[in-house]
Amino acid sequence: MKILITIQGNFVAPRFDMVSEVLIASTDGQKLTEKPRTILISRPSADELCSFITKEDIAIVVCGGIEERHYKYLCWTKKKVFDAVIGPYAEALQLVLENRLTSGTILPGAVGIEG
Amino acid sequence: MQLSPLHHIAVSELLNGFPHAIVVLDTGLRVVEMNCYLEALTGYSGTQAKGVYGSFILRCNLGPKNQYFYKVLETGEPISAEGNIISRDHKKIPIQFTISPLRSDKGEMMGLLVVLEDISLLQQTKSQRIYDGTEVILGHSPKMQEVFALMPVLAHTDASVLITGETGTGKDIIAEAIHKASKRARHPFIKVNCGALPESLLESELFGYVRGAFTGAVKDKPGMFRLAHDGTIFLTEIGDLPMPLQVKILSVLDDKEFYPVGGTQKVKVDVRIIAATHRDLREQIHLSRFREDLFYRLNVLRIHLPPLREREGDIRLLLDHFLREFNAKLNKSLKGFSTNAFNKLLSYAYPGNVRELRNIIEYAANICQGKRIRSEHLPQYIFTHQVSGSLPQPKAYDSGPREETEPPESYKPRAGNWNDIEKEMILQALTKTRGNRSQAAEILGWGRTTLWRKLKTHGLT
Repeated sequence: MKILITIQGNFVAPRFDMVSEVLIASTDGQKLTEKPRTILISRPSADELCSFITKEDIAIVVCGGIEERHYKYLCWTKKKVFDAVIGPYAEALQLVLENRLTSGTILPGAVGIEG
Repeated sequence: MQLSPLHHIAVSELLNGFPHAIVVLDTGLRVVEMNCYLEALTGYSGTQAKGVYGSFILRCNLGPKNQYFYKVLETGEPISAEGNIISRDHKKIPIQFTISPLRSDKGEMMGLLVVLEDISLLQQTKSQRIYDGTEVILGHSPKMQEVFALMPVLAHTDASVLITGETGTGKDIIAEAIHKASKRARHPFIKVNCGALPESLLESELFGYVRGAFTGAVKDKPGMFRLAHDGTIFLTEIGDLPMPLQVKILSVLDDKEFYPVGGTQKVKVDVRIIAATHRDLREQIHLSRFREDLFYRLNVLRIHLPPLREREGDIRLLLDHFLREFNAKLNKSLKGFSTNAFNKLLSYAYPGNVRELRNIIEYAANICQGKRIRSEHLPQYIFTHQVSGSLPQPKAYDSGPREETEPPESYKPRAGNWNDIEKEMILQALTKTRGNRSQAAEILGWGRTTLWRKLKTHGLT
């Protein structure tokens, strides 16, 4: 099962349509099966990111704000989407592995971070 | 010199007095305070957001490096810029951002005040099409022309409006369009689904609560009526509102004030109420489920949205519109429909109205790999309905003083309402697939999650 997290620096990117980097992790449901890899996206585009997610056969998407049509598209294609997540992507990934992440979560590492 | 008591006023209280979403950021661009409008817009509470980097909370497109914020911090000059944010309900809302410096008494830079003004109204085109961000109301039929003619009248008064119509006819879009065309357009439009929450939760959601009102009420919550101050509150599914809350709504309508849950001080609000329901409220009154006095209080202005089967010629228009929409969304170049598919789509009864028609086209556009949508690309259930020779029953709406058109004589109503029909559709699909839920969901044109939710709703699990 593959997990995709839209990232900006060390954090979950605030906007799905402005993402220029994603992290992809593979898991057996409880732990990572290989080292997560990051992929740079040449041109931020929500439509292209949706196509990429479908092509890569991603099962879980973790992101920040996402427009309705892209959110619905991902749900339609049976992806599990955790949106409006704020905080370090490593914490988000850990919570996904522990099956504890929910949409709209502000992770502990998000408070007091430096700009 | 003795300070006025006003010097001790909480900043959040002050910010809540403004009709726009506002956030105060420190010099590190972290959230210090935000008002209730921004809480409603983003879905995060001020307490949660404190200390979090502002751009993560705002989800705006002012640039990943926050150059506007830094420029104001450096120059000390306010900046105004157009952009957008993604709201908690996944809407992209055009915003006019005004970023101003905050200085101490000694002139030291302390942070920024960011005001977010919703400018979606300004960006609307003035035509008979009424836009709701991504949605549009289309119609050439005489019945829709009547609705369009009535809309400016409804927008220019401040009286309560009751919108009736079957599920999927566009009650929500009409309500928002009335608000956006009214003098309250620059103020909040707050939607509350009265059927979605249990009574106790709904009361605190609508009227708010004070700290200590119940276990877990650790801080005051303003409630939807307060959030909608100077704007419009849209109470959808008002027919499902529990009786005790109907009394409270009635008193708000009469006195424009109410007590929050656990509160001892009345809160005054200036809110316009738009209510909508798919139920026949007169029948609900007859069954003692709806207060007659509240009905008459809400029923000052009435707008009835016709079901799609009564909108002559509009199906063709909507088919073209949704095909264009999904061509663009799915990056396809579908040219149209085969004769058989087109005839089928024109003759189908659409018990779920425009929403169902849209879903059918979305399904077909996804399934179709060619250039033209053919019958086999349409969801199977629309054929099942024709084979059985029965069409869904139109709901008998009470239209008050307005004349209601009877359904055509050829119309053979099926017993029950849309819920019954939907349940039957689900059962048929499950029977056909021998209980395979994935295949049944595919036949129905829904996701598996939607099917699961509906199975639970209908008590089929």
